[in-house]
Amino acid sequence: MNGQATPGTAAGNGTALEVRDLSVELSTPQGPVRVVRDVGFEVRSGQTLALLGESGCGKSMTAQAVAGLLDPVAEVTDGQVRLQGRDILRLRRSDRRSLAGPELAMVFQDALTALNPVYTVGSQLAEPFRIHERASRRAAKEKAVELMERVGIPEPRLRAKAFPHQFSGGMRQRLLIAMAVALRPSVLLADEPTTALDVTVQAQIMELLAELRRETRMALVLITHDLAVVAEQADQVAVMYSGTIVESGPVAEVFAAPRHPYTRGLLDSVPAGHPRGSVLPSIQGSPPRPAAVPAGCAFRARCPLARDRCATDEPPLTDTGPGRASACHYWKELADA
Amino acid sequence: MPDTADTAGTAQTAGTADTVGTADRAGTATGGPLLQARGLTKTFRVPRSASGSTRLHALDGVDLTVRRGETLGLVGESGCGKSTLARVLLMLERPDAGTLRYDGVDPFALRGRSLLAWRRRVQMVFQDPFASLNPRMSAGELIAEPWRSHPDLVPRAERERRVHELLEKVGLRAADARRHPQEFSGGQRQRIGIARALALDPEVIVCDEPVSALDLSVQAQVLNVLTELQAELGVAYVFISHDLPVVRHMADRVAVMYLGRVVESGPAEEVFTAPRHPYTASLLSAAPRPPTAQDDGPSRRIVLFGEVPSPTDPPSGCRFRTRCWKAEQVCATAVPADEPAPDGPQHLAACHLPIQPSDRGGSRAAAHE
Ligand SMILES: Nc1ncnc2c1ncn2[C@@H]1O[C@H](COP(=O)(O)OP(=O)(O)OP(=O)(O)O)[C@@H](O)[C@H]1O
Ligand SMILES: Nc1ncnc2c1ncn2[C@@H]1O[C@H](COP(=O)(O)OP(=O)(O)O)[C@@H](O)[C@H]1O
Ligand code: SF4
Ligand code: SF4
Ligand SMILES: [Mg+2]
Ligand SMILES: [Mg+2]
Repeated sequence: MNGQATPGTAAGNGTALEVRDLSVELSTPQGPVRVVRDVGFEVRSGQTLALLGESGCGKSMTAQAVAGLLDPVAEVTDGQVRLQGRDILRLRRSDRRSLAGPELAMVFQDALTALNPVYTVGSQLAEPFRIHERASRRAAKEKAVELMERVGIPEPRLRAKAFPHQFSGGMRQRLLIAMAVALRPSVLLADEPTTALDVTVQAQIMELLAELRRETRMALVLITHDLAVVAEQADQVAVMYSGTIVESGPVAEVFAAPRHPYTRGLLDSVPAGHPRGSVLPSIQGSPPRPAAVPAGCAFRARCPLARDRCATDEPPLTDTGPGRASACHYWKELADA
Repeated sequence: MPDTADTAGTAQTAGTADTVGTADRAGTATGGPLLQARGLTKTFRVPRSASGSTRLHALDGVDLTVRRGETLGLVGESGCGKSTLARVLLMLERPDAGTLRYDGVDPFALRGRSLLAWRRRVQMVFQDPFASLNPRMSAGELIAEPWRSHPDLVPRAERERRVHELLEKVGLRAADARRHPQEFSGGQRQRIGIARALALDPEVIVCDEPVSALDLSVQAQVLNVLTELQAELGVAYVFISHDLPVVRHMADRVAVMYLGRVVESGPAEEVFTAPRHPYTASLLSAAPRPPTAQDDGPSRRIVLFGEVPSPTDPPSGCRFRTRCWKAEQVCATAVPADEPAPDGPQHLAACHLPIQPSDRGGSRAAAHE
């Protein structure tokens, strides 16, 4: 496959993470199902790449494959994940842990299940320092308290002795972020970090992530289904549909002039910008199930531009201009429109 | 049930003439109030909290008016009481205090046939189309089920035809009547849920987060179904959602809730463009701006400190005061009453120091931690 989400034209910003041709297969009672197909993208230090897509399109599977945290029923069947130039998928388990552990961290959607209920948050936060930096118990505890303070937990010294269930949803998400950034990773994967939170708390968490990114120059891969979050937070966007990336490029450019009918349809259907109470332009139908992705273009049953070729040839993600790519045979018709 | 007294001091707006005709969609919202709630209060017994309280205050003196054919948007953060309010409106929950009137009648005082007749008039569409439909029934059976308790509404001979009609109304096909919920996508299931709610010819449909569980690309389809049905049938909606742009698109009027109280209400455009309650202002400014939004949003982001306090120990006075950047002494001691805006008699805010038009646009102090 050709076409990578954000071709590296890095001017001084090194590529922190590069994913190529990543495919993930799920074993199901009905046989293997490819849920991630030839996904590629690149993120530079200090930048945010949004992985945008609807529920079930494969965002979390992609992130988990990159972080080496896939469920046993899923398996990477192809692809490369380059961290600091090394393909971590090819590393031995122990090498992978010692490189990827500190360098690549992940924040999950569900903060409650991601924290261990039986340990105090202080001891959970101290753990990475003890394992990776071989800090003494005392020094690690001290660092944990500093970290809690940094992510905005009030009275951190006192609260370090509390258990996860004694924190609110927003505070738990802060703790998870603290844990993820403890070792100053060069890449942070955040899977829907605010979806479960209230709007006013979401704003707090997004602000915290942006601050940390600026401070440490880490690269952020922000997984979300929210167009508005992408518009506000990301530099680059990769739009996923049915297991694969269908469009990518700088956020402002993609949102101003999308080059894939799916991106275009999503943007058009957002109520903002349409008169109140008017009938919204909408995409017909619904996304295919991963086990029943049609041949050719996966979007064709819903696509207003579809024609015969779309039923037979799968459109690869192809460069359409500097930093931009689209997986549509007829992207030019959108670009010219 | 004996009528509990109206809570004192609440500004009464319903029944006053429509002075802001621009805010109402043409052809709708012409009649008087269809549904009127005054001082609704609901508490739940809960295990003793840290401070010793055993009562959770889910609703505390809520006033609400729904007019015929209009859409009332209900917004607020998780746990603020939106669903509890919906349950009271549907008579699924009895309030501890306050009054409810449908067309002037207290439905909680009704019994027998007249109660049944009333129940028909208010229906519900749920958030989760996966959990809310019985998988053992076909779409046709699901839509016809409400007629079991209202057998006189549609003659038996008419029913099949009516089911087909309802399916087509919500954008499905007559042939779909034989299929079962698991054979439908999320958006299609939500359409079945809407058709089922329509089966009883209701005057009000309470939609509790009707599109939140749906795929992004499917949300607009379902919103369109609701919009078209309202234009055709004149049904009123109470539209509950945490998605502010969606509410802004759908609602004629909007009520903003915080910790069991309505803190601001009024014509949707007024509330969205000129919020008067500090909570509304922060909620609007905190929501990320959609890429297609026109630029009339708040110029500066207000990032609030902290989170919503527990409803078992709500703050005294104004419930928002622990997070409000404008709070003063009085906010801790006195519950703010609803006051109309100087230029909008329908636009109410319960705040001692409401945001003035002169505060907006320019510099607004952000409440940072
Ligand atoms: N049966 C019950 N027993 C005890 N507490 C309850 C009960 N039902 C609701 N509550 C509490 O009442 C408050 C209001 O709940 P409600 O479900 O109305 O909130 P909501 O605004 O609909 O929230 P969400 O946006 O999360 O749906 C919450 O604190 C909730 O936990
Ligand atoms: N452990 C699992 N077992 C079976 N199917 C799974 C599992 N995890 C994910 N899937 C399926 O794989 C597809 C992609 O899932 P996911 O990556 O979680 O999507 P997203 O994060 O974009 O919502 C979905 O169809 C989902 O139902
Ligand atoms: S390849 Fe064909 S079906 Fe796919 S998005 Fe482009 S025009 Fe539509
Ligand atoms: S009454 Fe006081 S605390 Fe409440 S919103 Fe108004 S200024 Fe803030
Ligand atoms: Mg996911
Ligand atoms: Mg609710």
